Amino acid sequence: MTKTDDHAETVTQVTVTIDGTDVTVDDGDTILDACNAHGVDTPTICYAENLTPVNVCRVCVVEVEGNRTLVPSCSRPVEEGMEIQTDSERVRHSRKMVLEFLGSGVDLSQATEINEYSARYGADLSRYGDDRQVIDEPILIQDELYIRDYDKCVLCYQCVSACGDDAQHTFAISVAGRGFDNRISTEFDAALPDSACVYCGNCVAVCPTGALQFKSEFDLRQADNWREEDQTVTTTVCSYCGVGCNLELHVQDNEIVKVTSPVDHSVTHGNLCIKGRFGYTYVGN
Amino acid sequence: MHRGLVADLKLTVDTSTSDERAAVDAVISPDDHAVIHETERLVRGGTERRRDRRHLLLPGLHALQATAGWISPGGMNYLCAALQVPPAEAFGVASFYELFRTDDPGHDQSVHHVCMDTSCHIAGAEEFAQQLESEGKQVHRGPCLGQCERAPARFVQGRNEPDHVPADVPDELFVLPQRAADPDVELRLLQRLGVVDPTSLSSYREHGGYVALARAVEIGPQAVIDAVRAAGLSGRGGAAFPTAIKWQGVADEQGRPKHVIANADESEPGTFKDRHLMEHDPFSLIEGLTLAGLATGAENGWIYIRGEYPLATRRLANAIEQCRTAGLLGADVLGSGHRFDIELRRGAGAYICGEETALMESMAGFRGEPRNKPPFPSTHGLFGEPTAVNNPETLLNALVIVEHGPESFRRVGTEQSPGTRLFCLSGHVATPGVYEVPMGTTLGAVIDLAGGATGTTRAILMGGAAGSFIGADQLDMPLTQGDTRERGTTLGSGVITLFDDSVDFTSLVLRIAEFFKGESCGQCVPCRVGVVRQHEVLVEMSANGGALRNDRNTLIDDMAVAMADASICGLGHTASGAVQSAIRLGLIGSAT
Ligand SMILES: Cc1cc2nc3c(=O)[nH]c(=O)nc-3n(C[C@H](O)[C@H](O)[C@H](O)COP(=O)(O)O)c2cc1C
Ligand code: SF4
Ligand code: SF4
Ligand code: SF4
Ligand code: FES
Repeated sequence: MTKTDDHAETVTQVTVTIDGTDVTVDDGDTILDACNAHGVDTPTICYAENLTPVNVCRVCVVEVEGNRTLVPSCSRPVEEGMEIQTDSERVRHSRKMVLEFLGSGVDLSQATEINEYSARYGADLSRYGDDRQVIDEPILIQDELYIRDYDKCVLCYQCVSACGDDAQHTFAISVAGRGFDNRISTEFDAALPDSACVYCGNCVAVCPTGALQFKSEFDLRQADNWREEDQTVTTTVCSYCGVGCNLELHVQDNEIVKVTSPVDHSVTHGNLCIKGRFGYTYVGN
Repeated sequence: MHRGLVADLKLTVDTSTSDERAAVDAVISPDDHAVIHETERLVRGGTERRRDRRHLLLPGLHALQATAGWISPGGMNYLCAALQVPPAEAFGVASFYELFRTDDPGHDQSVHHVCMDTSCHIAGAEEFAQQLESEGKQVHRGPCLGQCERAPARFVQGRNEPDHVPADVPDELFVLPQRAADPDVELRLLQRLGVVDPTSLSSYREHGGYVALARAVEIGPQAVIDAVRAAGLSGRGGAAFPTAIKWQGVADEQGRPKHVIANADESEPGTFKDRHLMEHDPFSLIEGLTLAGLATGAENGWIYIRGEYPLATRRLANAIEQCRTAGLLGADVLGSGHRFDIELRRGAGAYICGEETALMESMAGFRGEPRNKPPFPSTHGLFGEPTAVNNPETLLNALVIVEHGPESFRRVGTEQSPGTRLFCLSGHVATPGVYEVPMGTTLGAVIDLAGGATGTTRAILMGGAAGSFIGADQLDMPLTQGDTRERGTTLGSGVITLFDDSVDFTSLVLRIAEFFKGESCGQCVPCRVGVVRQHEVLVEMSANGGALRNDRNTLIDDMAVAMADASICGLGHTASGAVQSAIRLGLIGSAT
């Protein structure tokens, strides 16, 4: 039993072994938390710090002694005495297959992190037939604020969670369809301006693949003029209302090209509203 | 009608028809609305009530589909307003199910669903579908309809007529093949089939109905669970989990509403036993579920029945009504002081909703996506509350145990696998049907009971699409959990489908791969993509005259390992079993 700094309440600790080494973490932590605490770099795609784990991508799976199948580290809580393998042949195989499966059907050209994982686990796309089924959807540009390019969507559910229970409570989008035909969609594919969307941009902020993109970024990328290395990020407090949201203004060539908020900010947890997120476009115009 | 009253629900401009409104109102009474307007609003509204009522979404969607032939934007708006469900979420739910359309069909005819799977596949399902089309009917080729004993099977989704199965003859007395062959046969689970009047509670009671429940009331909940434990009953739905452990888990949970659910989604290709039980002895399922409620202390019973079983649905609904009237359901079951009632819910065409956590999601009004376990249903089940899910055959076994005692139950079967088991025989067998035999009976003996194989058996599919093929040299295999596992196969849900040497296995296995492709919920990557890539390899193989290249075989194995290891649920875990076993047995893969 120890005292935690921020709550000053007693939290039980549990000890697990990760790849043979004892690691002690708080009860209620996930295996992923334990891996992070222990410095084991674990790939994640559908997990985000500010969202409830949906454990659907399965790239974070680990082997836990006594379990018939692998378990998702992002959602499974630790239990005293758990023996965890994070780099066994079984684990590496499933991670590699998940990455091959994603790469074989989705446009990952802007998914930098996933591409790093694919290289790490040796994903080999050449063994999938050329006439294989891939996601093939038109890019949706329905307003001046953000675009949706679902060819790049890995169905990580993060935008749905951000729009729904986890942040925005707008529920403008959902997973629709079944199986490989699953798509993120409004009701009956209604155009965003006709849907419940309030343009908070929180879905865009969590999207790991560029499937959802600020129009400003999209336009620059189309013009082959998106230069992240040349961008500066200025942190400021949003002036629209008194809540005090932290804004990060991404500036390229003296123009604000996107606005984000730090995921670890106690007020926003990465989320904003339309004014903070897109207010600059009105100012700029 | 409610638009604008609730600030945070935004609906599109589409409006509903009066028919659609009437259909929704018929299943969702004004009192069920998520927000009670006018004076009561503050008391009855709010998110709690929204969550409370959301389980009416599926019945509401059924009502809309039946009325308009699709879920129209206007109709859905009306339903969403009544239940305060965001339309994007309702669309996500509607678009998940085979029996719901989210685009205008452009006609007002009934839709004839034709099964394309295993037994129907070899019984000329495609020709049957074409024949119906040539008669000008609307045909939908789809997965197993649970009528494999009378392949090729058809289910009619009615427009201006009720949903029905043309092969059903409700007015004729059902003849159980096993009894026809041997009038003196002693049966437990099938004892009343073809004997009792399935529409009459008094007939059920005349044939021994409610003796078990009366006994349960007498001995009390814990003694019931102890008897089930002593009998060694394991689940008959496929996973073979010990029933007593499940019930004890729920019984031990205190202070929250609890649920028991009969899983009558029966969608595993080759399975039709639960349909037989529910059509011809529906009261026994009501009694069995009531027993589970009594044992676990759950007051809420639910039956989730697949949408393609209209006759069984009607008979269960009738049985529930009669039991309510007779005080066998309601505030004081059999004078026990125990409250218990049952709601009947229709699925809408989704194999995955037979997986217990997907079933609970579906019933609560969400997409039928399985949950990662743990936590388990005994603590976090329906609506997050303690829940026991059981197969109908399991519940009927519990009745037998309570009525006759565990020792008597164990008189047949083996030490490890006590009791009897229902098997669904179909395919190339003389008299397809449901057969009840003691556990441990050999495969060959069960096939003989069904009149023997027709033709020269080349392979037998055990456990359905989620199971595996075995060769005809396995007829000496005792049918128990342990023996089948030892031989690398499974009992699963009791499926035994025979294929003779005339069968084109490439085309058959291709269809099995297509089944999984169509039925994966698509939630997790290994299964969502794996079942598609697996199907593609088999399509390529088929185009190559049936030859499977070595590197393709390796790919199949690599994918199978990841699906079995990293998928969320049993569908992904078993999606390669039949394919791999067919390759191993040489049924497919070598050029012809
Ligand atoms: C894809 C899939 C489909 C299933 N379908 C059914 C079904 O139709 N009926 C059933 O009883 N169990 C089905 N199950 C098993 C259930 O999850 C659950 O184990 C069972 O209903 C528990 O009841 P039992 O313990 O009485 O067998 C299915 C499992 C999976 C993975
Ligand atoms: S912008 Fe906000 S409201 Fe609109 S879809 Fe994204 S998260 Fe939902
Ligand atoms: S659009 Fe982006 S955030 Fe949403 S599911 Fe697809 S990849 Fe994930
Ligand atoms: S294994 Fe398949 S059916 Fe099960 S959750 Fe994953 S995608 Fe859905
Ligand atoms: S990060 Fe754990 S399953 Fe996706």
